Amino acid sequence: MRTFSLTLHVWRQKNTKDPGGFVAYKVPEVSEHMSFLEMLDVVNEGLIVKGDDPIAFDHDCREGICGTCGFMINGDAHGPHRGTTVCQLHMRHFQDGEELWLEPWRAAAFPVMKDLVVDRGAFDRIIAAGGFISAPTGSAPDGNAILVPKPASDRAMDAAACIGCGACVAMCPNSAAALFTGAKIAHLNLLPQGQPEAAARVVAMVGQMETEGFGHCTSTGQCEAVCPKEIPIEVIARMNWDFIKASADKREAKSRGD
Amino acid sequence: MSATTADRISSFYQTSIGKKVVMAATGVILFGFLVGHLLGNVQIFAGADKFNAYAEFLHNTPSLLWGTRIVLLLSLFGHVTAVVQLYRARAEARPVQYKVKRNRGATLASRLMLVSGVAVFAFIIFHLLHFTTGTVHGDFKPDDPAHNLISAFTIPTVALAYVVAMGLVAMHLYHGLWSFTQSLGVSHPRYTGRIKASAMLVSVALCAAFASIPILILAHYVK
Repeated sequence: MRTFSLTLHVWRQKNTKDPGGFVAYKVPEVSEHMSFLEMLDVVNEGLIVKGDDPIAFDHDCREGICGTCGFMINGDAHGPHRGTTVCQLHMRHFQDGEELWLEPWRAAAFPVMKDLVVDRGAFDRIIAAGGFISAPTGSAPDGNAILVPKPASDRAMDAAACIGCGACVAMCPNSAAALFTGAKIAHLNLLPQGQPEAAARVVAMVGQMETEGFGHCTSTGQCEAVCPKEIPIEVIARMNWDFIKASADKREAKSRGD
Repeated sequence: MSATTADRISSFYQTSIGKKVVMAATGVILFGFLVGHLLGNVQIFAGADKFNAYAEFLHNTPSLLWGTRIVLLLSLFGHVTAVVQLYRARAEARPVQYKVKRNRGATLASRLMLVSGVAVFAFIIFHLLHFTTGTVHGDFKPDDPAHNLISAFTIPTVALAYVVAMGLVAMHLYHGLWSFTQSLGVSHPRYTGRIKASAMLVSVALCAAFASIPILILAHYVK
């Protein structure tokens, strides 16, 4: 087993009001089999023993499917490995003696709570604005009662793979949330179940995205390059199309005459 | 109460997507002008008389000349206004910058859109002062555009400046010519690659053709 040493420069910030700054940590024995978060666990154990405050970072499933973890490693969202969250990033991708700068996602819409933890409530509010379908609950519907063409189901599934981690916003030079919002809209608007609310959905979700103070899309493609689920920027074009169409199409409901 | 058309357009433009649509539409108009402008300019290769005759035709057709100028001015105004508004909001979207930031997969052209855009804007102003008003031209004859063109480009620094400007225009055009389709909502795995390749071909060919004018004049190929 290869072990090596690293120097970490970690963004430490006590709370939302603290200006924050970098603190350097030497990590003498890193196993190549550790995940990046396991490596930080080891650093934190050392900090706790010394009576220091451990480095705060978000994590939950550690399987790359929940979207909780994520921070910048040397300017890359989720680190240098493509299609991977930071919990699934293994230390074998790093070299002995490397210096790594760990920073939280940086966006006005994602305020830093502590160290590497940011508040992604803005994403929740975008979903709440229209990222759902209205359906009667109760007895389960008959299987295959609503037909979904296979290509549509594949594309919807690709978009639905978004775990809402925020790497797209973090990596975007404009702090745009277009990839996230586009994915969440495409996921529902590509399916028959999403059709009744398709136009209202895109208008509401785009409106919320703007309210949250994210930047604009300039099609640089850096979001898709770091997306752990490799969602393509095609979903952004789809959102734009749906938004243009919904804005032009919008009609007032007819009131019935007395 | 039903929303008026003005309300609807205003709430559409309030969004960054609405502003990008304006940038896409005005960008396409400005690109269309470049094609027409090139077709006019290359007539210098058919001789000074042909070039001057074309200039005279434009000036004797004020509806065409001023119609074009008004459309271009409005397009440029829309393009610049939208980008200024977008970049103001962008500055607020990330108040704390990264200490280390890497680029992943973005082309130089896409990352330098603002830089190339500002440079092209400055070039347009210089270009108008140079060949339209003659303010910065050392030997300007209002009735002899061919003379103005040739006398300007026999100065190597002027010719070089125009070639460099065309490089910047090509960069700006390349990203603009494919990303406008993205802004207008057209994207398909089968076509997007071809759109990018066509954008590259068209922007390089167009700007090479423009740049050939100062280069060939400097090389005394056109007299």
